[in-house]
Amino acid sequence: MLFGLSWDTDHGELAFAISILPILLRGLLVTLEASIAGFAVALVLGLIFAILKSARSRWVAWPAVAVTEFCRDTPLLVQLFFLYYVLADVGIILPAFLTGALALGVQYSAYMAEVYRAGIEAVPKGQREAAHALDLTTTRTFTHVILPQAVPRVIPALGNYLVSIMKDVPVLSVVTVLEMLNVAKIIGDQTFDYIVPLSMVGGLYLLLTLVASAIVRMIDLSLPKTGLPLR
Amino acid sequence: MTDPIIRFDKVVKRYGSLVVINELDFAVAPGEKVTIIGPSGSGKSTVLRILMTLEKIQGGLITVAGEPLWHEQKNGALQPASDAHLRKMRRTLGMVFQQFNLFPHMTALRNVSEAPRQVLGLSRQDARERAEELLRMVGLADHMQKFPHQMSGGQQQRVGIARALAMRPRIMLFDEPTSALDPELVGEVLTVIRRLAEEHDLTMLLVTHEMRFAREVSDRVCFFDRGRMCEEGKPEELFTAPTQQRTRDFLKAVL
Repeated sequence: MLFGLSWDTDHGELAFAISILPILLRGLLVTLEASIAGFAVALVLGLIFAILKSARSRWVAWPAVAVTEFCRDTPLLVQLFFLYYVLADVGIILPAFLTGALALGVQYSAYMAEVYRAGIEAVPKGQREAAHALDLTTTRTFTHVILPQAVPRVIPALGNYLVSIMKDVPVLSVVTVLEMLNVAKIIGDQTFDYIVPLSMVGGLYLLLTLVASAIVRMIDLSLPKTGLPLR
Repeated sequence: MTDPIIRFDKVVKRYGSLVVINELDFAVAPGEKVTIIGPSGSGKSTVLRILMTLEKIQGGLITVAGEPLWHEQKNGALQPASDAHLRKMRRTLGMVFQQFNLFPHMTALRNVSEAPRQVLGLSRQDARERAEELLRMVGLADHMQKFPHQMSGGQQQRVGIARALAMRPRIMLFDEPTSALDPELVGEVLTVIRRLAEEHDLTMLLVTHEMRFAREVSDRVCFFDRGRMCEEGKPEELFTAPTQQRTRDFLKAVL
């Protein structure tokens, strides 16, 4: 029994597979939620890091560089354990799902900061000069001239990271998040049949990442390459 | 000359050890149309970029409309200009770029109305009307809703001119406005600039390789070489009877 659903081990592999599918789909839903939550955190935090890292003041830029390097160069698993167990020791107790989404988001924000930075730097210098000549403020230049042109350039790379995040979600099982792999393992532990649930996880994962890639590709194709249009 | 609107006083601009502008003295009267010509690397574009505050100077003094551009009076002494001062000074100037530098994700109308709305604080309606009027003036009444990539180079550059004019500058800087254009599109842009020169009391500073055009529209032509003004004069004088050997060599090469 899991999520209030039970499995059928008495009528052959197919019946077993059909009976655990709804349970695995519940796990898949958790995987999807964790991916989207982590990706959302990374999207926002990554942009903030990218802006801070390019700040003119070294007192702003250096700490941002230090933090992102730390996030990139330590394993996700270590960060996860730290957030879940060490913080609990000092009295900060985060729910497992929140911890997982946060750890994924923070780690990937460090990678995505680099994507944003590359996208921002790829906007031709003349764009900043024109904005400067028109006396637009630095903020307005960033939000309405630079960023709309950087977004279409970074969509493919950001999409790849979304797929990577999805594939990293099983790591969250170590802090008891009931994502799809964890669910499959529990079923295996209790039925002594690992082949069916794990094979199904593989298949469902493939489906998930293929669909995600297709959506990213559609978004990429639907955006004008010159930038998010302003009329 | 009556009080000049632009005055360069021993201005020096260096990139590292490379001297681009070498103790330049140069002045432009209000309403004057001045063309700067010269070989590449002579510092002619740099003069415009310094005026537009896109490049800092390392020495000397520049005055625009009676106020120091890169400096300001503070406690009775000249200090390096603050951002606020540069911002105020920039309003006097508009610039048209060789590569147009239009915002590719904005329609022609938005390209022109963006700064008046954001910087001058015009209402959406007023900014729109001003932009429409200017786009009609440069002959683009039917292209207002187009994005830059949907327009020809000549049309894009005319949007660029309208965009700069929308800020109502007293001084217009044209940095090789036709150099990036196919030959058959040069005419339409020059026509717009010529009309501006004839019908408005704008001060115009133009860097160009279009010698015939320079001759027609400018009150004065300045020949730059190696970061200095080598020779200046009325177009008919400078083009027909240059006094400097360098000027003669350059004109022989380009005419």
